[in-house]
Amino acid sequence: MTPWQGQLIKVDDYRWKIPENYKTGMRVPGLIYASKEMLESMCEEQTPEQVANVAFLPGIVGYSLAMPDIHWGYGFPIGGVAAMDVRSGVISPGGVGYDINCGVRLLRSNLNEAEVRPKINQLINGLFLDIPSGLGSEGKIRVGQKEMNELMVEGARWAVRRGLGSHEDLDVTEENGCMGGADPGKISDKAAKRGMPQAGTLGSGNHFLEIQIVKEIFDSDTASVMGITEIGQILVLIHTGSRGFGHQVCTDHLRVMEQAVSKYGIKLPDRQLACAPIESSEGQDYLAAMACAANYAWANRQCIAHWIREVFSRVLGKGPEKLGMKQVYDVAHNIAKIEEHVIDGRKLKVCVHRKGATRAFPAGHKDTPDCYKKIGQPVLVPGDMGRCSFIAVGTHKAMDETFGSTCHGAGRVMSRGAARRSMRGADVVLELRRRGITVKAENIPSLAEEASQAYKDVTEIIDVVHKAGISRKVALAVPMGIIKG
Amino acid sequence: MKRAFEIIDHTADVGIIAYGADVEELFSNAALALFSLITEPESIDEKLRLGLEVRSKGRDDLLVEWLNELIYVFDVKHILFRRFDINSLTPNRLKADCYGEAFSPLKHKINVGVKAATYHMLKLDKSGNGYRAQVIFDV
Repeated sequence: MTPWQGQLIKVDDYRWKIPENYKTGMRVPGLIYASKEMLESMCEEQTPEQVANVAFLPGIVGYSLAMPDIHWGYGFPIGGVAAMDVRSGVISPGGVGYDINCGVRLLRSNLNEAEVRPKINQLINGLFLDIPSGLGSEGKIRVGQKEMNELMVEGARWAVRRGLGSHEDLDVTEENGCMGGADPGKISDKAAKRGMPQAGTLGSGNHFLEIQIVKEIFDSDTASVMGITEIGQILVLIHTGSRGFGHQVCTDHLRVMEQAVSKYGIKLPDRQLACAPIESSEGQDYLAAMACAANYAWANRQCIAHWIREVFSRVLGKGPEKLGMKQVYDVAHNIAKIEEHVIDGRKLKVCVHRKGATRAFPAGHKDTPDCYKKIGQPVLVPGDMGRCSFIAVGTHKAMDETFGSTCHGAGRVMSRGAARRSMRGADVVLELRRRGITVKAENIPSLAEEASQAYKDVTEIIDVVHKAGISRKVALAVPMGIIKG
Repeated sequence: MKRAFEIIDHTADVGIIAYGADVEELFSNAALALFSLITEPESIDEKLRLGLEVRSKGRDDLLVEWLNELIYVFDVKHILFRRFDINSLTPNRLKADCYGEAFSPLKHKINVGVKAATYHMLKLDKSGNGYRAQVIFDV
């Protein structure tokens, strides 16, 4: 691939603009959050071209935004944020991604490293046995058509209603774990058939469970509001989404959108950006189906969180209450949401596409949970397997500049094939063990694809969003045990 | 003999380039390429046959539909295929008999879970004496 040769205008050390006149058809400029070094690797991959392409979409307001973890995606870049006026704009399934509501949930505990390390093998084995993972894994809950219809509408509430978790969990889940407007009537038979057996499973690819140790606290007042109080404290991170169900919903609706593009006379530089006016029947149908998949993912993470608590209780011989295994937060990083934002001094209802980007609402915002009203919404940013993960909070600046959005993770720098050619999965396991990290995976050779060397360093990404002011870092955790699908 | 397919391996993309003397062979080789991403096709025995039919608005889209149908069958019925007889093919409809067997974790090594065929960088052209197609997958 030849490096991108377009024009980038430096705004400051962390902001780079693609002018609106870079390409005829752009409706707004592009804005990339990155350090100078990161920009070079982005250009090598042609990613700024995708940022410019998104600026073609009807109704886009402000900027076509790119977070520092941006990388080449299908149509939309991963790490892209775009807001469309709900009256004149479009919604694009490609702006959400295939894994609808792929996201992250963080649990804390009152355990410390010294208590958990001697039991780490038992914990990891217990989690591996109790939480179905890997390709084609099927859930330990039985979901028939009737339950599937309820699950699609109720999301995480469905799981809580079945005794998997508590209402407290819902209070600290984006959308309270249940997105409105979900309509199972907009879901194909195929999607439902893929979804039913996979409910309550971790899946494969880059999805994981991690037992983590708090390594550094940058802001102790903010961290303590989240119940993160000391170095060495044990956390558990869950990263998964809507499994084959979300993929089928995306595939089904991309087909519809393809036709909508010609029906509504929308001009696009890339087919994968297929979209339809938000107010059209095609747009509304996608929103209703997307909400079903988002709810499925929230139910999925809710089930998994409950089983994690059960495993910890069993292995450590104490109830989840005694272990203090409360949920810190759950955020989506592949989703489109109808939100109100201030653009050029006036309030506007927009559809914010976040594809590989996390919502980062500030202190005081109506959608920031009550318990976090004073600090801002928690933002969870996992790194690659074996490096570290960050906990941050949303800011007013994110509200002003990025429609309340920030980065979501690390982003690949090495292809899967190149990673497999440069190291072996078994060696990755040994290297992690040497560093005190236990890993268990369904597919050991594929671990090479997820090794640290294949990813950008999440620390550099967090530094950019922190210094640019679109989120504020609070704490850093490192892994002690990992389950990979 | 010309190669049946190649694997594309970019930073964030996994995909295939398939070749065929005619469109039927192209579709068959694209399907074989898909299963060679998922596992080692030599490890798949022909123990069962499944008839599939897909429809679409044009030939390029039909290729994406065809591959997505195979991904769906693998995800829901856990069947791996290694041979594809394309019985009829128009720009809007494909009928095929697919031969393979049920996935067994003891027998088949899974390399990657392919979740969808995308329209991203999709190409289907005449090339030399035959046809060539490029498809990127979400994994």
